[in-house]
Amino acid sequence: MPPLLQVTGISKRFGGLHAVRDLSLEMARGEVLGLIGPNGAGKTTAFNLLSGFLTPDQGAVRFDGHSLAGLKPHAICGLGLVRTFQIVRPFPHLSVLDNVRVGALARRPLMAEAREMARAVIDRVGLGAKTDQAAAGLTLPERKRLELARALATEPTLLLLDEVMAGLNPTETAGIVGLIQRINESGVSILLIEHNMRAVMTLSHRIAVLNFGEKIVEGPPAAVANHPRVIEAYLGEEYVHPPAR
Amino acid sequence: MKWLGAAALGVLLLLPAVLNSYAVTVFIFIFFYAFLGQAWNIVGGYAGQLSAGHAAFVGIGAYTSAVLSVQAGLTPWVGMLVGGLLSAVLGTVVGYLGFRFGLRGFYFVLLTVAFAEVCRFVALNTDAVGGALGYYITFTGNPWQFQFQDNRVYYYVALGLMLIATGIVAAIERRRFGAYLIAIREDESACEALGVNTFRYKMLAMIVSSFLTGVGGTFYAFYLFSLQPGAVFGIPLSVEIIIRPIVGGAGTVMGPILGSFILSPLAEASRIYFGQGGWAGAHLIAYGLLLIAVVLFLPQGAYPALRRLWARAAR
Repeated sequence: MPPLLQVTGISKRFGGLHAVRDLSLEMARGEVLGLIGPNGAGKTTAFNLLSGFLTPDQGAVRFDGHSLAGLKPHAICGLGLVRTFQIVRPFPHLSVLDNVRVGALARRPLMAEAREMARAVIDRVGLGAKTDQAAAGLTLPERKRLELARALATEPTLLLLDEVMAGLNPTETAGIVGLIQRINESGVSILLIEHNMRAVMTLSHRIAVLNFGEKIVEGPPAAVANHPRVIEAYLGEEYVHPPAR
Repeated sequence: MKWLGAAALGVLLLLPAVLNSYAVTVFIFIFFYAFLGQAWNIVGGYAGQLSAGHAAFVGIGAYTSAVLSVQAGLTPWVGMLVGGLLSAVLGTVVGYLGFRFGLRGFYFVLLTVAFAEVCRFVALNTDAVGGALGYYITFTGNPWQFQFQDNRVYYYVALGLMLIATGIVAAIERRRFGAYLIAIREDESACEALGVNTFRYKMLAMIVSSFLTGVGGTFYAFYLFSLQPGAVFGIPLSVEIIIRPIVGGAGTVMGPILGSFILSPLAEASRIYFGQGGWAGAHLIAYGLLLIAVVLFLPQGAYPALRRLWARAAR
């Protein structure tokens, strides 16, 4: 079976900055791939390239048998690849239900059907009590769940989650981890940008590490966590080869 | 709420029986500007794309049906559709330029204003449509030529236009189209990520809006019988179109109607009052003050505020 997602040598430059350099990735169906790396490593740029918000200068992305070259984000969503935003972007004046319904309408053009679908998704992410509340009044953890619910309502095959746990306390994080696991078990593949190491180690089947726009290591969580290049990227060279006293 | 609407409609249908001709005229302006506001509401209120050049569509619709009627004898009942279609074509062009190249906020406002100004200059310098002298329709009182001896016929036509536009807006609001437009107004990038073809829906909104506005042009032409480029394409008319839905509640079905019931009589009253004292145009100062008050105290417009009051009273 061909991979669900096949990224071949994509690059993106912003002036003198090489935000993503010759990045290649593959994801199998049903997989959870963690994408980690220090701040500024190019993770969010990579997401923007995959989801159509940016166009790669070089390289190609294939998803589920389709080339994504030249496709707009809405068309890529239509193929089943959906992203969330690191800085959540709820529709502030709309209720939680109406927010999620916008996502549900992608595959269910009838308002009543989309509303039912949205209700089901809202319950699934644990926002049931907030269904009729305006999104502007939600707390940050609730907004993160809303962001997730909206994306989920489009019925994706691959979900790109950009730091859905940032700013959450350990209890809230554990809740989201469980939720993401259940989403994955329902058959949705997940590409995850995350700074919370414990969460990303728990969730990911494989992890890819970016640094200065390049993939430096890729492999199973345990191997990646102890890899010298990863420690170097995060903590600096002296932690890999402790200087002699 | 339903019976309230039905009762209001019943009153409006019976009103001409008791009103004098001048009061009928005031209501005609209320309905007509509510209609134009409703047409603008689709793209400006729901989709949040602030077109400040909607007068251009009135002008195109007005000149089209007037010229077709005077030169070719085509009935304005058909001419209004031709004018609407021509406006929609120009709306498509403006929408394409604005949306394809991602002009948002002020830049879209400037584009639409510039477009209307270009139309005004073209009309001013085209002798075939009277140029700066304007274009005049001779009154014959022939209903087939959209001309009526009795002011009350215009009343019902204007009321009909307002109701049709309101019905269209209500239908849009209940469908995916409307839900998408509102979401586009809230956050375009989030919409794209959720599978909304924002370009297509903004274009559709612009096309429906410019078509309806163009249809309104015919009413303008055959109610006033004279078209002046500065009046039908000018910025003041664009402001008149925009200000009612904003005061009443942009992006709501009832907003433009409520806004027009507030502002049209006010404009009429101040025109008479200030006009007599040699203060013509002072109603624009009143508009300015009212707009400031609305922005400060009712940023979503009068209708949403009224609904909140209603809900509180019902509790």
